[in-house]
Amino acid sequence: MFSKVLIANRGEIARRIIRTCRRMGIATVAVYSDADEKALHVREADEAVRIGEAQVAKSYLNIDAILRAAEQTGAEAIHPGYGLLSENADFARAAAERGIRFIGPSPEAIAAMGSKVAARETVKRAGAPVVPGSEGAVADVEEACRIAAEIGYPVMLKASYGGGGIGMQVVRSEEELRKAFASNSARAKAYFGNGEMFLEKRVERPRHVEIQVLCDGHGHGVYLWERECSIQRRHQKVIEEAPSPFVDEALRRNMGEAALAICRAIRYENAGTLEFLVDEEKNFYFLEMNTRLQVEHPVTEMITGLDLVEWQLRIAAGEPLGFRQDEIAREGHAIECRVYAEDPEKMLPSPGTLTRLVLPEGEGIRNDVGVESGSEITPFYDPMIGKLIVHGRDRAEAIARMQQALDAYVIEGIRSNLPLLRAILASDRFAAGDTTTDFLETWGKR
Amino acid sequence: MATVQANMAGIVLRVLVQPGDRVEAGQDVVMLESMKMEIPIQAEQGGVVAEVLANEGDFVNEGDDLVRLED
Repeated sequence: MFSKVLIANRGEIARRIIRTCRRMGIATVAVYSDADEKALHVREADEAVRIGEAQVAKSYLNIDAILRAAEQTGAEAIHPGYGLLSENADFARAAAERGIRFIGPSPEAIAAMGSKVAARETVKRAGAPVVPGSEGAVADVEEACRIAAEIGYPVMLKASYGGGGIGMQVVRSEEELRKAFASNSARAKAYFGNGEMFLEKRVERPRHVEIQVLCDGHGHGVYLWERECSIQRRHQKVIEEAPSPFVDEALRRNMGEAALAICRAIRYENAGTLEFLVDEEKNFYFLEMNTRLQVEHPVTEMITGLDLVEWQLRIAAGEPLGFRQDEIAREGHAIECRVYAEDPEKMLPSPGTLTRLVLPEGEGIRNDVGVESGSEITPFYDPMIGKLIVHGRDRAEAIARMQQALDAYVIEGIRSNLPLLRAILASDRFAAGDTTTDFLETWGKR
Repeated sequence: MATVQANMAGIVLRVLVQPGDRVEAGQDVVMLESMKMEIPIQAEQGGVVAEVLANEGDFVNEGDDLVRLED
């Protein structure tokens, strides 16, 4: 096992990784930007290295500064967390070249899933289902219109190198497609350096269900069941749960086996997540793979009793998975709410000073947060300031526990989405498990 | 005379107008980025751009003047 690990991330996820390292007797190195000098993750790590200015491009995305920090401190491995450089094949490769272990899959596996067009080909070769679409990037708007007519409207227009919903739009007619094509392509070019676009058939009223996998470096892989993540705004998740109230045993097994087949096709190693759309007839279609730890991994930890960061470290250190598929627990029900610093109605960011933070406590309640009373919530980073996770014997108990926890949660000084979270948990639609990806778009309209 | 102000802290991503431009009420004049989101800032009333007070890449606080308009 490693004796020292650098965490190339910030906020709640950096703290969460530090926690497991500490339990395993591994020393930790934090990195930080000028905006995070006083952050909790910096204080909690054994060592901390400044890597640049507040803007992510000048600090948390600065590959050279991060690798220099690892070399200076003698860290043997880097945990990238999620977001930032976690799915950057160049970063993984550069670390390996300097003799530092990247805690994640190989650069080749990251690259194979990094382009959605390439990922789709890989998934089809592995025999897993994909949504009907353009089979690769479209040359121009004329080709897009021709293909859309073949697969039938509505279609999804997507950027090949996109993420977070950027460069992505539902179009319901040729007229709409013609209007949307150039603007989305330009946006994708500005954000991701590549304006390549492709088309997919729009699956109506789908659910977003994803499979967590762990694959070791010895050819053994398991799936840690599913997470239901349909409640999203701007294609970012707000509430996740495990198990999914919609998934039955047969679907769970089929999705899990499809996920492992995809992993075998790219010789995947470490923790990963296969995202699928599931339609009302319980057909599932591959969406994308996240080749890293997921924000919502705690719900899986709650029902399996496994520490995913611990297994990421063990796998990266060359250890085999010590258990088989039929030994993995699935106990009770877990729900996660993402707490965002944003206006609950307009869902617009709300930076400022968090003057007071009171976290709920009690049985079955877990808080993963990156802030404390007095923290400055800057506009430089993601609006997610923490995650509230609860576990119950069943879904009803988990919902009741989450409602109590949300009621006890106090945030002052900035606006937060707590009122929205409370309303969702209290809604009949959530109680019924009627969670499709249009849940928030149609919120209050049904 | 009126000024268009930032309604939240952020980084100026793009300035969409230049001095001499006529703008309508409700028109986007500056695109801010805050917490990984693009936030369009609109002119509350119409006018002619007299001065642009923010440059692309600037960090601005809530309430900072971005664009000065003349009737």
